[in-house]
Amino acid sequence: MSATASPARRNAFFGRATRSPALMIGVILVAICIVMALFAPWLAPYDPDEQDVINKLAGPSREHWLGTDSFGRDTLSRIIWGARVSLFVGFVATLAGVVVGAAVGVVSGYFGGWVDRVISGANDVLMSFPQIIMGIILVAVLGPSLFNLILAIAITAVPAFVRIARGSTLAMKERDFVDACRALGFSNMRTMFAHVAPNIMDELVVMASLWLATAIRTEATLSFIGLGAPPPTATWGGIVREGFDNLLDAPLLSIFPSIAILLVMIGLNLVGDGLRDATDPRAPT
Amino acid sequence: MIAYLAKRLLLAAPTLLAVLTLVFVLVRIVPGDPAFVILGDQATPQALAELRGRLGLDQPLWRQYAAFMSDVLTGDFGRSLVTNRPVMTDVLAVLPYTIELTIASLIIGVVFGVPLGVWAARSRDGFADWVARIVSLAGLSFPAFVSGIMMLIAFAIHFRWFPVISKGVPLTDPVERLRSLALPALNLGLIMVAYLTRVTRSGMLKAMSEDYVRTARAKGMPTTIVIWRHGFRNVLIPIVTVIGLYLGVLIGNSVLTEIVFNRPGLGKLIIGALEKRDYTMLQGLMVIYAFIIVVVNLLTDLAYGLVDPRVKTT
Repeated sequence: MSATASPARRNAFFGRATRSPALMIGVILVAICIVMALFAPWLAPYDPDEQDVINKLAGPSREHWLGTDSFGRDTLSRIIWGARVSLFVGFVATLAGVVVGAAVGVVSGYFGGWVDRVISGANDVLMSFPQIIMGIILVAVLGPSLFNLILAIAITAVPAFVRIARGSTLAMKERDFVDACRALGFSNMRTMFAHVAPNIMDELVVMASLWLATAIRTEATLSFIGLGAPPPTATWGGIVREGFDNLLDAPLLSIFPSIAILLVMIGLNLVGDGLRDATDPRAPT
Repeated sequence: MIAYLAKRLLLAAPTLLAVLTLVFVLVRIVPGDPAFVILGDQATPQALAELRGRLGLDQPLWRQYAAFMSDVLTGDFGRSLVTNRPVMTDVLAVLPYTIELTIASLIIGVVFGVPLGVWAARSRDGFADWVARIVSLAGLSFPAFVSGIMMLIAFAIHFRWFPVISKGVPLTDPVERLRSLALPALNLGLIMVAYLTRVTRSGMLKAMSEDYVRTARAKGMPTTIVIWRHGFRNVLIPIVTVIGLYLGVLIGNSVLTEIVFNRPGLGKLIIGALEKRDYTMLQGLMVIYAFIIVVVNLLTDLAYGLVDPRVKTT
């Protein structure tokens, strides 16, 4: 939604959004995950770090609905607590990536010339590493901690937002209202961030919702590799790893957290696609 | 065509130089003294000084940079800190496995994704369209390690159709080699299937609503010919773009696929280098990855010239 959208356009947006069953399913899936994260201490039947050494790698039972891991910790409780790490890292990293990337992209597109060439060139260089490999290297270089994990994922997100914000700004710059801002003598800062930026929000929000899925997937992937939040913190990727290391003894241990990851991914992708369709009535659906 | 190629190569050179600089900076902003990290806190001052000298860390930064650049440009990536073998030897030993895996998954992506996209566009909101939507949603939602583990449990452990560990099989046994490639390639290809289905479908929908397609239909041309000769041709450009853009994702995901299926390749090498803090190996691998991406971008540009006569290749 842009700040300048008319009420009629806004209604059309909500009309399209609420008529899309895919978007609704996505919203519900994501909402379940948010509830899990927010109310983890009340929802989890056990302390996620409580060990029960005689009950290692147990299958599902009445006491432990989803079984236990190799330390005898309750899998269900760890999955519920793991939602916190995944969502927190995903949201914060994406937000940081959007803010920094959009600011740089708007500046790049607005000024053009050598500023644009330098920024776009540097951005292309950052994009020449596959995102996961960049994430792996950054966490390895910075050292494993929750803050560095967020920082690394945010850095990998920046180039994509620079590119999209730059492109949209280039198109916006030609519009009359930007000329009007200049004629009124507004400063470049005011024109860029008070007038151009709100008008490219639509695209940034859609991109951010799809990127949230990428950020959460990267967090899970890094945790799976062993570069995630340090133990004993419960993370979905970490539990999958536990199960993968004991694949023959307890295959279900890697399946349950995988399902949690999948539901969030599906939910976020449905939300992202739904938002894109709702903001762009011309897009083929 | 040759002038076009030369121009693209010239444009790629500054990017490659900038990427190399980034690699140099990244490896050097590692907190702490690499020599100390490698040898541990039991190391004597002499041993530390000796290792710093061997790594060139006692030189001024600009000299390290110059040495790094000239080494890399002559193909010398130094020796692994762990095995003491030249980095290039280790990389070249496993590079064919990663390339084989990436190309196989690209083929899977094209063979399944493109026809599915065309089929979906033909029957909009019909059965095929729903299949395409579900497949692409699954492809985009499955992290590579999750789909890999699920395939492993189902097809390798439960049904025993494929080997659990696809370790290096010599080329002299092509059947077994293909059998060990099948699951990893399918796993890695899933995301390419998703991307290509989507781009083909939306491109076809757009092309089929064009005036010249209506004209072709109006003059009584068979639907199949309209679809392939008039519609599909226009989708080739976005297909090439998507392949070029997401080959990088494929190469990134190959790391996870190689770990899950225990396959030799660059991915296993990079994880090993991280665990053992093998900085020269890490530096060499980053250069290789960046080089691969630059080459992929170059090939994508060339492919544009091939599929679209409007792209000037002179």
